[in-house]
Amino acid sequence: MTYDIQVFVTLKEGVLDPQGNAVQTSLTRLGYDGVQNVRIGKKMDIRMESEPEKVESDVREMCEKLLANPVIEDYEYTIEEALSV
Amino acid sequence: MKFAVIVFPGSNCDKDMYYAVKNELGEEAEYVFHDETSLDRFDAVLLPGGFSYGDYLRSGAIAQFSPVMEAVKKAAAAGKPVLGVCNGFQVLLEAGLLPGAMRRNKGLKFICKPVTLRTEENATMFTSEYKQGEMITVPVAHGDGNYYCSDEDYRILKENGRIVFTYTDDLNGSKANIAGILNESGNVLGMMPHPERAVDTLLGSADGLPLFRSIVANWRETHAVHR
Repeated sequence: MTYDIQVFVTLKEGVLDPQGNAVQTSLTRLGYDGVQNVRIGKKMDIRMESEPEKVESDVREMCEKLLANPVIEDYEYTIEEALSV
Repeated sequence: MKFAVIVFPGSNCDKDMYYAVKNELGEEAEYVFHDETSLDRFDAVLLPGGFSYGDYLRSGAIAQFSPVMEAVKKAAAAGKPVLGVCNGFQVLLEAGLLPGAMRRNKGLKFICKPVTLRTEENATMFTSEYKQGEMITVPVAHGDGNYYCSDEDYRILKENGRIVFTYTDDLNGSKANIAGILNESGNVLGMMPHPERAVDTLLGSADGLPLFRSIVANWRETHAVHR
């Protein structure tokens, strides 16, 4: 079966995000005074062949091994059957 | 003594490392490419700086799965000296050979300049030729050198004398100004500053040379031939 997977990788809470801070400063300078916090993460779109019983464990393993660094990053994912293959 | 200089696609300090060992130290050096699987013929392993695999995803993230990294892990487990500088340090962190992770520099800038380091620990196989507390000048060149580890990991590093070099001020946001750390058994050192670029006064500093001399001196001590 073909799946469309989205993986979101974000810095763990409490880990400094220099990029987010820079963007926050810039937004404030643009006049968006209400901006209180900006955190920058990554989104990855993955299409892959797998089986219903193993797709989630594969995705989790991919996140743990490579896509996220568990020391400083958290990850989330969504898994959907691909609509058009 | 024979040094392996690991070359990943995107390494760019491999030649400096090779020069430091071969020309300044007068020991044997050989380039070992990322797809090789054995380091058995070497006495020490050097992971140079650069941008391995473009530093895509995270610095060092993709390099950790190069075939040669299994051999690096084996060499580390066998007690051979393993030195990772800059990107090499990042690879060692990603590979789990050292604790912690690197984040973007606090000021977001790529920092490229000579810095002063404090030798926090000279009772190691990498720093025995320095005095305890000796201040040395070695260049840094990195964008992701902001060292992070958990408070628990920091406590363990600190209590066991595994913080080897620190910056004298807050250079890049690193926890406790950490510039270089050791693994638990003391034979794997990761550091952001480049000792291989400070091996001759012509280069502005020769303060990095004692680090390489330490490796050789300690290796000679354990491999001395008694007649």
